[in-house]
Amino acid sequence: VCIHRVRSCSSIRFIKSKYVCVFDKSALKFSHQQRLFRTSAVSCGQIVQFKLSDIGEGITEVTVKEWYVKEGDSVSQFDSICEVQSDKASVTITSRYDGVIRKLHYSIDEIAFVGKPLVDIEIDASKGVAPEEDVVETPPMSHEEHTHQEIKGHKTLATPAVRRLAMENNIKLSEVVGTGKDNRILKEDILNYLAKQTGAILPPSPKAEIVPPLRKTEAVPAAPKDKARKIPVPVSRPIVFSGKDKTEPVTGFQKAMVKTMSAALKIPHFGYCDEIDLTQLVQLREELKPLAEIRGVKLSFMPFFIKAASLGLLQYPILNASLDENCQNVTYKASHNIGVAMDTEQGLIVPNVKNVQVCSVFDVAVELNRLQSLGSAGQLGTSDLTGGTFTLSNIGTIGGTYAKPVILPPEVAIGALGKIQVLPRFNGKGEVFKAQIMNVSWSADHRIIDGATMARFSNLWKSYLENPASMLLDLK
Amino acid sequence: MVLQSLKNCLWPFCILRIPKACFRSTASGGLIIQSVSNDVYQNLAVEDWIHDHMDLEKQHILFLWRNSPAVVIGRHQNPWQECNLRLLRQKNIKLARRRSGGGTVYHDLGNINLTFFTTRKKYQRMENLKLVVKALKALRPQLDVHVTDRYDILLDRQYKISGTAAKLGRTSAYHHCTLLCNADKFVLSSVLKSPYKGLKSNATPSVPASVKNLFEEDPSLTSEILLDAIAKEYATQHQIDHHITLINPADETLLPGISNKTEELQTWEWVYGKTPKFSVSTCLNMAYKDSVLDVKVNMDVKNGRIEVCNIDLPEHWLPPGLYSELIKSLTGSKFCPNETTTLVATLLRVCPQDDELHSRWSLLCDNMIMLM
Repeated sequence: VCIHRVRSCSSIRFIKSKYVCVFDKSALKFSHQQRLFRTSAVSCGQIVQFKLSDIGEGITEVTVKEWYVKEGDSVSQFDSICEVQSDKASVTITSRYDGVIRKLHYSIDEIAFVGKPLVDIEIDASKGVAPEEDVVETPPMSHEEHTHQEIKGHKTLATPAVRRLAMENNIKLSEVVGTGKDNRILKEDILNYLAKQTGAILPPSPKAEIVPPLRKTEAVPAAPKDKARKIPVPVSRPIVFSGKDKTEPVTGFQKAMVKTMSAALKIPHFGYCDEIDLTQLVQLREELKPLAEIRGVKLSFMPFFIKAASLGLLQYPILNASLDENCQNVTYKASHNIGVAMDTEQGLIVPNVKNVQVCSVFDVAVELNRLQSLGSAGQLGTSDLTGGTFTLSNIGTIGGTYAKPVILPPEVAIGALGKIQVLPRFNGKGEVFKAQIMNVSWSADHRIIDGATMARFSNLWKSYLENPASMLLDLK
Repeated sequence: MVLQSLKNCLWPFCILRIPKACFRSTASGGLIIQSVSNDVYQNLAVEDWIHDHMDLEKQHILFLWRNSPAVVIGRHQNPWQECNLRLLRQKNIKLARRRSGGGTVYHDLGNINLTFFTTRKKYQRMENLKLVVKALKALRPQLDVHVTDRYDILLDRQYKISGTAAKLGRTSAYHHCTLLCNADKFVLSSVLKSPYKGLKSNATPSVPASVKNLFEEDPSLTSEILLDAIAKEYATQHQIDHHITLINPADETLLPGISNKTEELQTWEWVYGKTPKFSVSTCLNMAYKDSVLDVKVNMDVKNGRIEVCNIDLPEHWLPPGLYSELIKSLTGSKFCPNETTTLVATLLRVCPQDDELHSRWSLLCDNMIMLM
């Protein structure tokens, strides 16, 4: 469809030709030229006072509760303008006209009166004033047209401007697929219909009318596949992408995360990765799962990872420490409050299990269950979310192998656990066997932790998990 | 009474708006439907769907539904003012905002909901309520029930057993009301009591009333019996067959677009974000060490988010940088305990690691969170 711009802004003309000239918002979007229409400073049309219509039940006044439009907004007929309330009834007031809102007569919580003006709408002079009643019935058409619509058994909703456009171009409204609210036929639908008029005539299919108004989508015309009719001249229409960028302020929790992550990046990170053979642990967990279930607890791998980490921290307490702001002092934390990264609707939150150093694996499992159910219900408390000294992130439940986790201040180390994969490995006899392999990626603060410490801690942690029986020796 | 399943009924044709000649009954169109779901959001979505998509010129519709425990607030109400949100969260009771006006109600399976769908012109609340009263009296003639001019139904001239609300659109309207059969009055009264102080708003307030269950008046009355009696009276008045069609609000093919509506009703933006602007003006009494601090707090909340926040702390009780960081983070944040909890916990990470500071911070933040 080729869109011409009209020279003057004061009148809109429908040009009856193979091109359709329409003044609406879409015309402004596609125009590349510099001369734009003069906007709201000059009033182009007639200002109509849209009065608050009868609510029923003898009600004379209502309270305005919410405006859906503001002064200067364009509205189409049937768009919602505001919400008013009267005696337990909430009423959506819709516009009777196409036009631009020029004045709102009431502010929120003010009382509005039935029969008095609610808004002033400027409608285009050439379109004329729409009739007092909502235009829902079809306008006088040829008898044939009318019957055609009755057979379909539904009403064709279209504004007077759209109807005129259709009429001038000899289009039957019943053959146009409406994409607006309530299956309303919009100007765009007429234009799309015209664009298809190069070849095969689109047969009116009953299915098209059943299509419910889900969202107002851009009507992308389906290419007529019927080649038996006239050979269609392919008209290459540029694909109209109507998606808009959406800008939102960064607020609340997200804002706090920005601050934390910016601080985290100031920490010089180094990484250390390894692979862990969990074959024995997988078997052990299978045996212990039913026992835990009897006690009403879901046993995952995390309690083992967490407890093993705590045992490792006993040997390498620097990993459970904190560096002060000026890097003057290192505080070795007595409690092993191991944080577990949790993915929730809000984003990443890290509650921690307190004092793992004095907990059994089962205790950790219980606490983890509690934190997980609170987390998914959005009910974690501040004490659950603060005081962490070391963090494990089980990103493997979502996927991935190796990662590069970011340390959460004021901690100095973090571990990311990949997914458990079944991979072929060699055993002591040189035979290939099926191994359950998981990758771990550690990050640590290089200001106070060196590579060797991290490596030794990781090896110790790994040995506990690859040979769970060895944990028994060191369990406190 | 015959309960019909979807396959047998002519429901799909209603959507196509084909003339009613296809209906069994050739009399003045009417349809009685009942939801198989007890999910408040799904059921409210059905109301929306019928309101938006069905042509009510040829037939009116009566929709019967019940919900598992939920609190439903009116379109323009303030949930903090109306109910005990903390208790709701603890007890896992859902909170929903409906699109009609009116006050707050508690739903559970002992409460039945009736929605009367008509065209806008035929909107008539009094008639609908009179129908309900007529049905009740036909069932148990000795029941002293009547409709007040506030559109409540009173039992024994003093106990409210039904509340009403309505929604009017461009061409269609609905009037819905509750009916207390055997609801848990204890839970009802505890959840509908707001503990939040210092709220000032123009939101529609609820009018508390003494309630009673019909079951208490006559133990032989159950929800099923009452639903049936009302359906029967509706069928009589609309001269249609006494058939109740079951519908599944999760059926996207039957009700295209329903899952979007259901989802929208559950979003934070709808449930909390649609609260009219309000302010919170209160005093926190914080017991710290040997003294009690009185801390004045003033907040303006718009669209459920904190627009303005003022906390009147003694000078240097918190380091000024931290205090301004707190205010900055709270501004624009949701007035929500979960959001605030995660926010303050995260901010604490970039504070100096000082036990004294941490305990003050936790004290202040926990008190602030209690306001939400």
